[in-house]
Order: sequence, then structure tokens, then C-alpha cells
Amino acid sequence: MRKIRKIIEKIVEGILTLSGMATTLIILLIIVFLFKEGFGFFKSPVVEKGYEVCLNSSNTVDKLSSYQIKQIFDEDITNWKEVGGADAPITPYRFEYLFEQYDEADFGEEYKLLPAKIAEIIKADPNIIAFMPTKYVPQDLSIRTLPRENFGFVDFFFGKEWMPTATPTAQFGILPLILGTLLVSITAILIALPLGLGVAIYLSELASKRVRKILKPVIELLAGIPSVVYGFFGLVVLVPLVQDWFNLPVGETAFTGSLLLAIMALPTIITVAEDSMRNTPRAMREASLALGATQWQTIYKVIIPYAKSGISAAVVLGIGRAIGETMAVLMVTGNAAVMPTTLFEPIRSIPATIAAELGEAPSGGAHYEALFLLGCILFFLTLIISISAEVISKRHPQN
Amino acid sequence: MIKTEDINFYYGDFQAIKNISMEIEPNTVTAFIGPSGCGKSTFLRLFNRMNDLIDGTRLTGNFIIDGQNIYDKSVQVDELRKNIGMVFQKPNPFPKSIFENVAYGLRVNGNNNKKFLEERVEEALKSTALWDEVKDKLKKSAFELSGGQQQRLCIARALAVSPSILLMDEPTSALDPISTSKIEELIFKLKQDYTIVIVTHNMQQAARISDKTGFFMLGELVEYADTKKLFTNPAKTETQNYITGRFG
Amino acid sequence: MNKKVTQKIAFTIFKLLGVLIVGILLWILGFIIFNGIGVINWEFLSTGPKDGMTGGGIFPAIVGTLCLMLGSIVFAFPLGIMSAIYTSEYAGSGWIVRFIRVMTNNLAGIPSIVFGLFGMALFVNTMGFGDSIIAGSMTLGLLVLPIIIRTTEEAIQAIPDSFRQASLALGASKLQTIRKVVLPMAFPNIITGLILSIGRVSGETAPILFTVAAYFLPKLPTSVFDQVMALPYHLYVVATSGTDVEKSRPIAYGTALVLIAIVLIMNLLANVLRRYLSNKVKKD
Repeated sequence: MRKIRKIIEKIVEGILTLSGMATTLIILLIIVFLFKEGFGFFKSPVVEKGYEVCLNSSNTVDKLSSYQIKQIFDEDITNWKEVGGADAPITPYRFEYLFEQYDEADFGEEYKLLPAKIAEIIKADPNIIAFMPTKYVPQDLSIRTLPRENFGFVDFFFGKEWMPTATPTAQFGILPLILGTLLVSITAILIALPLGLGVAIYLSELASKRVRKILKPVIELLAGIPSVVYGFFGLVVLVPLVQDWFNLPVGETAFTGSLLLAIMALPTIITVAEDSMRNTPRAMREASLALGATQWQTIYKVIIPYAKSGISAAVVLGIGRAIGETMAVLMVTGNAAVMPTTLFEPIRSIPATIAAELGEAPSGGAHYEALFLLGCILFFLTLIISISAEVISKRHPQN
Repeated sequence: MIKTEDINFYYGDFQAIKNISMEIEPNTVTAFIGPSGCGKSTFLRLFNRMNDLIDGTRLTGNFIIDGQNIYDKSVQVDELRKNIGMVFQKPNPFPKSIFENVAYGLRVNGNNNKKFLEERVEEALKSTALWDEVKDKLKKSAFELSGGQQQRLCIARALAVSPSILLMDEPTSALDPISTSKIEELIFKLKQDYTIVIVTHNMQQAARISDKTGFFMLGELVEYADTKKLFTNPAKTETQNYITGRFG
Repeated sequence: MNKKVTQKIAFTIFKLLGVLIVGILLWILGFIIFNGIGVINWEFLSTGPKDGMTGGGIFPAIVGTLCLMLGSIVFAFPLGIMSAIYTSEYAGSGWIVRFIRVMTNNLAGIPSIVFGLFGMALFVNTMGFGDSIIAGSMTLGLLVLPIIIRTTEEAIQAIPDSFRQASLALGASKLQTIRKVVLPMAFPNIITGLILSIGRVSGETAPILFTVAAYFLPKLPTSVFDQVMALPYHLYVVATSGTDVEKSRPIAYGTALVLIAIVLIMNLLANVLRRYLSNKVKKD
């Protein structure tokens, strides 16, 4: 009997130990799965499967990056020498042009004559670059298809354009998304910090017990409101307000997002900062007051320096929250994936991009994988932030 | 000259100080002794209105320092506190450098002249016999000092604003015997320039350093007399019992 | 006196900031309640959307959100409590427990959209649940797991050691002590944390976008492998991408009000229950 009980206790202990490891395991799983889904991105070809970029075989260029192909077809690059070829103007040619140039009847039954027409066009112009479906590309010595390149690290991390559905090549440059995210989050904290610090000082040093009893639940409630409700409030109230105040063409701007995020970050900042100020030893306050300092002098010369590490942790945590916030930012910042230049233009953040696009990205495609990579970046960004908040808040003046 | 008349002090409904009247001469050391919770620390904290910080407290009677009732409405509390230095039970330096700790009281009172600050800091550190130990590391954090050094730093900090009265609330209770004797020597020396009131748990200490001693019990000042007389020939039996260790 | 004036100015500013915070909350709450209260009636709460979501009610979304609240707790509650028991009663105070705490904090700091991605990769694709209540609940469960662990740990650690020692001294085993002394005493605070995390689940949007939420699905779920509508996603849809955003605005106000009401009720419930249960524990 006793033996059985001992065995049961051991088993239960084992189960408890395992569940103790749960959070660690989950973090590992998150890393594994985000990478598993996302890492294929760097193995996916720049030009979508089923399409080819064709050149006249006299052309010596044999390598074009995704961004270069895009610029060529946008006619931002117009001469072959800009991409390492001969000094000659480029003629970009899209599949659709065929249908403007010829009648449908010319292509014959089931487009049997189409490859021949393509061959004709490419042969005719040594400077041509043509974007064609693979199955119509003719086998001809005078035609060369560009070797398949994969998306590169540099294009991904430093690319300035995010156009996941562009043809002939999609653009996955995340720089505008990263900058957009940071711009909104950091501005939000710059707005929230002085306000939050002021309220924290008020709560911990000035407010009477009764006022605290009212203010604390109010702050808890602010923290409890779902972010989609904040987003809705921002969309209906803040967006028109910002548009009016600054006389802008649209109210969905980085600034609107920052304003909303600032409101959302206030509870975190207030709570953490207030806690660390209340932890200032009583003896420290009394020593300052006994020297003839006023209460305000005591606050800014003794209490705030003492609580500095706690306050910095609050700031870092606030930034982390703001960077990861999805719905509110998605609803009020306009979601234009462009390099941000001012606060009063639409921007697009990393979480908002994932939320808005994952539903439409075909599973396993480059777009889908790029979104998972964005998730990885977000994950590591917030991981670094959590850890640094931990390190900062442990650093105490006494030690 | 400090004079109290019929001081009563309450925390809410609890009367912590009962009807205390006493006089303290300038340039003397006065010690308050008594069992824990007897009101001696509370009474000391009335001298610079430190108890104002606690909600729900009330005071009656007259508390007169240099002819002025310090609980009068016209009194500026921070001016009062500047004039009355205080040293606490545990060393409580600020999270600042040694120099800035001592300069703190001068700065908050509007003195920011660098040369003046340097002179006063040196002077204060010298008067607490700390100067030679710290003069090469004034920019270092005050937390790097030993406990005894920290307490002497706190005394220097209180002296830097040139108060006329120095309150000490069990200043050696957190220190080792060597540091304690250094502080006691210091108190003896400081007597020439300051009126010192010290609360202590340690009767030998009171006997060693004070000129007059007050014995407190349950919020009352049971006996107040010359130290020599109080310890050798107390007038009250309660005092007798306490100093012979039969109580407390 | 110069420094007195500075203090006056500073304190006045702080007081105003305190007022500002209350003002912001009242503004948001007032805005939602004022605009939403007229929309709420029995029909709104008990029928499905119609006319391209410009009319009708939000019944399927309410049901969906309730399913997710329940599902996520069924999944996260046992795991969270066991994990907290391990770290506070078994793991001691060495590096293992410090490491676990750091990991739990990190998990709490991960953005909800990343949970959404992870849930999609693991539960929807790899485990093959598809968009379903079970995939959504598990994703949301992971999201609130750190909160449950932390509140449970705090509740357990608040129990004085003397109670454990008394129980052990009577010959009870460690497990018996936990089951019969520690957990019952910590129960009020554990339950409070639980209810607050249910409230959090009700408002999360990003984790359910790709794991369960349906754009429009008037039919109620019949099994855990069905998709459902959910209040937060419904609010997002009606507010931004419905068939006629202007016409469906009242629906959005109503949905927002219901969402806030759930959070308020949960907060209230948590407070009342904590008070009631801790009185009861004391009396027993």
C-alpha cells in the first residue's frame, strides 16, 4: 500500500517536472516552427515557378537580382550597361504585349504557334528582356533563359520595397516595415513616457489613499481593454482628429498609431515605474527631507535616480509591447509599405503586414515564407527586449 | 535653546507621547533612553517635524526652538529642517557619489557655486574624520564605503548645511564596535559646535557620551536629569529598574 | 521662495496628468457605451448577421468567443497550475527555476501575432486540425499560459511556510501537503488570475486570425473541429472591411460594447470572487 503511494507520488512529481518545462519547450517549438515555415524563403526563386525571363543569346548578362528585374520592367533601369551588359537600351517585354501586337487567331489552335511568335520577337531585338510562361518558351539557340536566382539576404533585409504580388518578380524588402515599426513604437514611448512617469509620481508620492483606490483600477481597466477596441476607437475618433488638427490628406498616419499606442502603453509604464518608486527605501526620503529638501526636490534628486533601473525597464517593456501590437496599428496607420519620411504619412508595421497578408499568401510560397520570416524577426526582437528588461531591472544601485 | 511645553502626540487614536515638558541647553549632548516602543524616537522626530510625513497624526502643546514655536503655521518646514540635521538608524546614503551626497543639502538649498561646495564638503568630511579616507575617491559611489564610513558620511551630509542642532536616532545600532567608538568620539568633538540629541538603545553609550539623559516609558518622560545622577542615583524606581536591567 | 514655486508647478502638472488618465479611460468607455448602448437589444444578442453584415446581430460571434474562452482555459489551466506547482514547490531556488522564470517572462513578452503564426504552423498545418476551435483554443491557451503560471506562483508563494511544516510534521507527504493545504489556501487567488486571463482571451484578435476565426459563418459550431466567428475579429471586420463600412458602424459599436462588457464583468467577477472565497477559506 505504502509502496504504491510512493510510486504514485514519483509519477506525479515527474509530470509536474515536465509541465515546469512547458514554457521553455513552447519557446523552442516557436523557434523551430517559425524557422521551418520561414526558412524556405531563401531557397525560393526570384522568378515565380512557371515563368522565365528570356534574353537574346547575344546578350552577355547572366545574372539579375530580383530588384534589378523589377527596375528594368518599371523602366527605372533603361540601359544594359547599368547591370553589367553592353551599352544598349533595354526593351522590356511582357507576355501581355503579345496580345496587343497580334490577333488571337495568329496563335493558332491551343496557342500552338505562340512559341514561334515569341522566338521571332526575341530574335528580332538583341536588347530585349521578355517575361514569359515556361511552357511557351521556345527551344531555340538564339534564345537564352536567365538562370534562376534565389532571394538573397541583402535583398530581404535591406530592400526598400515590399511588393509581394508584383510581376515579374515580387519584392520582399523589409526595411520599410522595420523602420515603420520602430518609428511608431519609439514615438509612442516618447509620448507615453513623460505622461506615464508623471502619473506614476503622482500615484506613488502625492495621491491620497482614496485617490489611489480610484486610479489603480482605472489603470487596470485601461490595460484590460482589447486592442481591437482601441483600434476601433482610433479609427473612428483619432484618425479624423489627427486629419483635422494637422490638416492632412489622410488621418491614417504613423502619428495616429503612435498616439494610440501611447495610450495603450501607459498602464505598463505607470505600473512598473510606480512599483520601483514605491520601493525606494523610506530612510532615503527622510534623509533628503531632513536636509531641508522640498518634496519635489526629494522626488527628482533622490527617488527618480533610485528608481532609474525600474523606470528604464518600464520603457523597454513598453517599446516591446508597442512593437508587437498588431490590431490597433493595423487599423489606424494606413498600411502603406513605403520608407517612412515623416510622422504624418501612412506606414506599415511588421505585425500589421503579417495580419493583413498571411490570409492571402498561398501556403508554401515565397510570400508565405517571407511573412514567417517577419514573424521570426519579431520574435527575436521582442526576445531581446524581454531579456534586456530583465537585466536592467535586476541592476539595483545598492549592489 | 530647546523647550517643550506639554507635548502630546497621537497616531490616530493612539497617544504616543504624553505631556512631555523639557529644556535642552545649547552645546550639550542629551540622550534619550528607554525600552522599545517607549516613544523616544517618536519624540526625537518631533524636533524637525519628520512625523508630518505620517498621515493621521496630531500634536498639542508648544515646541519651541530658539524662541519660535516650530509647529506655528508661519514656519517653513524645509527651512526648519535645514537648521536641524538628522542622522538615522541605518546609514542611508543616496545612490550618488560621495561628493554629491555631502553637497546634496547645499544644492537643494540653492547653493551651486563649485568652489563653495568643494570647501564645505571638505570641511564636513574633515569634521567627521572621513576626509583622509575618501579624498581620493570623492567621485565614487557612496555605496562603496563600509557601513561605519557610510554612517560618518551621513553625519557629514547633515553637517554640511551647518545646522545648529543635530538629531541622532540610534546612529550606531547597525555598526560594529570599532565604527561605534569612532562615531562616539566624533559626537564628543561635535558638541563644541552643535546641540546634539541622541536616541540610543545602549545605556553604556548614553552614560559615556551625554551630559543629560531622559528616560522614556510608555510615552512619558519618566525622569530627566544629569547623566551622572541618573545612572548613579535615579529618583524614580522605574528608572532604577531599567538601568539595572530588571526591565526592558 | 523659488523652490516652492517649482514644487507647486510640478505637483499641479502631476495632478492634471492623473486627471488626464481618468479622462482618457472615460473618453474611450464613454464613446463605446454612448454609441453602443442603443444598438444592444435581445435581437442583436440572439440572432446572426444579415444583409452583408449591415444588419442583424452577433449571436454566432458571441458563441464563438465563449467556445474559445472555455477551450483555451481547459487547455492552459491544468498545465499552468502544474507548472507553477513545480517551480514554487519542487524546483528549489537554483538556476533551473531562474531559467524557467526567465523563459516564462519571455513567453509573456512574445507578440500575439507570433502566437498566431505559430498556431497556424503547428496546430492548423502540422497537426492537421485546420481552422478550428481546437487550433484557436490551443493558440490562445499558449498566450495566457504565462499569466496563469505567474498568478498561481504568486498565490502559492504567499502561503506561509509554517502551514507546510505543520502538515509535514503530522506525517503528510509533500504531495498531500500541496493538495490538502497549499492549493486550497491559494485557491482564491488562483481563481482570480484564471478569470482575468479568460477576460484577456476574449479580446485577442491576432492569434485567432489564421487559426479559427471565420469572416462570416451564421451556423453554430457542432464540434471542436469547426470554424467559428469571434467577437474581436468580427469587430475588426465590420469596422474595416465589411460590405458597407458606414452602414455597419452601429454593429461595430454594439460589438465593441459587448467586448468591453465581457472584460468589465470578468474584472468585477474576479474581485468579488476573491473577496468571497478568501473569507470562506478563513472561516473554514
